[in-house]
Amino acid sequence: MSDTPKPYALLAEFETPADVMQAARAVRIAGFRRWDVHTPFPIHGMDGAMGIKNSKVGYFSFVGGVIGLTIGMSMIWFMNKYDYPIIVGGKPLFSPLFAFPVSYELTILLASFGTLLGMCFLNRLPKLYNPIFKSQRFARASDDRFFVVIEASDPKFSATETRKLLENLGSKSIELVED
Amino acid sequence: MAATTRSHHETPTLTVAPAPKELEREPLVLNNRSLSWITATIAGIVEGKTPKWWWAFFIPSALVMSMCFGMIAYLISAGIGVWGLNQPVGWAWDITNFVFWIGIGHAGTLISAVLFLLRQKWRTSINRAAEAMTLFAVACAGIFPLIHVGRIWFAWWLFPIPNANNIWPQFRSPLLWDVFAVSTYGTVSLLFWYTGLVPDLATMRDRAKTKIRKFAYGFFALGWTGSNRHWSNYEKAYLLLAGISTPLVLSVHSIVSFDFAVSVVPGWHTTIFPPYFVAGAIFSGFGMVLTLMIPLRTVCKLHDLITIRHIDLMCKVTMATGSIVGYAYAMEFFIAWYGGNPYELYAFKNRAFGPYWWAYWSMVSCNVICPQLFWFKAIRQNVVIVFIISIFVNIGMWFERFVIIVTSLHRDYLPSSWGYFSPTPVDILTFVGSFGLFLTLFLLFMRFLPMIAISEVKGVTPQADPHHPLGGAKEGHH
Repeated sequence: MSDTPKPYALLAEFETPADVMQAARAVRIAGFRRWDVHTPFPIHGMDGAMGIKNSKVGYFSFVGGVIGLTIGMSMIWFMNKYDYPIIVGGKPLFSPLFAFPVSYELTILLASFGTLLGMCFLNRLPKLYNPIFKSQRFARASDDRFFVVIEASDPKFSATETRKLLENLGSKSIELVED
Repeated sequence: MAATTRSHHETPTLTVAPAPKELEREPLVLNNRSLSWITATIAGIVEGKTPKWWWAFFIPSALVMSMCFGMIAYLISAGIGVWGLNQPVGWAWDITNFVFWIGIGHAGTLISAVLFLLRQKWRTSINRAAEAMTLFAVACAGIFPLIHVGRIWFAWWLFPIPNANNIWPQFRSPLLWDVFAVSTYGTVSLLFWYTGLVPDLATMRDRAKTKIRKFAYGFFALGWTGSNRHWSNYEKAYLLLAGISTPLVLSVHSIVSFDFAVSVVPGWHTTIFPPYFVAGAIFSGFGMVLTLMIPLRTVCKLHDLITIRHIDLMCKVTMATGSIVGYAYAMEFFIAWYGGNPYELYAFKNRAFGPYWWAYWSMVSCNVICPQLFWFKAIRQNVVIVFIISIFVNIGMWFERFVIIVTSLHRDYLPSSWGYFSPTPVDILTFVGSFGLFLTLFLLFMRFLPMIAISEVKGVTPQADPHHPLGGAKEGHH
């Protein structure tokens, strides 16, 4: 552990969604890559302003659903037709029709797990340590303030120039967070 | 210039149509509250000192809950004979209570998933509590099928777990479909509820003053920072979960109805059951949401968040689903006559005019007649009357399940197998006790978790809209 802490990011506070949206647009045009906007609620249109592509969570849900359906159908086939065949009520030992309700529920179950776990995976959550929480002001990111965070590891980052850019965008309070 | 030369005789070549008068929507959050007011109000309920009224409700609820567990312990140790059921009524209050509770759960999922897909923004102030209600109702519902099996220590045979007898569950039975439907429903509701909670847990963490609170909320908040890159995935996940939950909620009560409809018992063997059960479930659930929300908004002073408009809209859903249920009652009778099956017709005549006539007509008056009062705006907006009607809805829907189950069973084909079911005190106290469990869980929820979705409510205010002046938009700047 070195004695001189490394800078982690510049944190700029904004007061309204419109201001932070405008700032996000400008930061994207300026060509930054390792940056983010933190808001207490999702702001409609911010993905476009930041240039974020459509989320990939859907693939995880789909894979989960397919696994659920496959498990359901093959489990019922294995249990009722293969491993323990016993005739009940003159019904066939296996039919996708009577196997459907259970397979359907398992499709939904695993698709939901796929969705939630996929979201956590794409967001790299749970995250045990995040230097951004060192900022006292940042607590308001879950209340009523909007933040633009530009990381020091961004190739375009410069402690003075980036600060100037954020000041020009109308941020009232800019803070350097250390790692 | 144009303004000065305008006259009645002269029509300008290019008329600019007057902008249509914008229809004012009633705001979802009254009195133009700020974002921080929303946070402070909702989080404040959890952070403040435990109010006296909370203890006044919690202690009796917890006692009633213990009574429920005591009754269950007695049932398990003494055997199923402590209940009133016997031949020919082999299912009675146990399955009635199961269907009653699982039905209540459906409103939570409907509010959180279906209304989300339909972009009904008013759902944001009630969805969290309604989803919590779903979870606790499913917990209550899960108890009854579990304990009604008799030898409860073999209840795990319901699940496809390898056992010493080398046999597997029988998937042709709707009773087994039910096991999967209800357990999936409980799990998915929990996932959906938790997903919605994550941003609010982060808010609670950021406001926490004590170490324990910071750790507990922080642990479950997963390190949420409100990052927009995260919100992007989060919103997609939320939308997908809503899309997944919608067919789920419709399937669960359909499968519950298969427990009856797939049998060959007159009075049960009808194709109308799945849609009729789903409508009834939503109806009963909205009844319970109203029963919980009306006192809640008063004691927690949430009038600006759960407005009269919210209650009005919930009354309309209650009335619509109540009418569907009324239609189903009528259609059952029509088909019993039109189908030409004498046993079916007898079952329905017996239902309305037989020894259980009192249950049938209680059901009809509570479920069909009572909600029709919601046609009147004055009634929909009078919280006291709405509360009373919601209680009747709850009672009526319990009777519906009792009527369907017991009146269909109590007279078998031969008069020698006729009987009359009466509950024992154990039956009654177990059912009453399940309300204790439900209320205890709900009171704990409202004490420790934000009971209104903070981030979602903020998202529907004008302050959150970057194109609205309150959201900081400059005139003519988009």
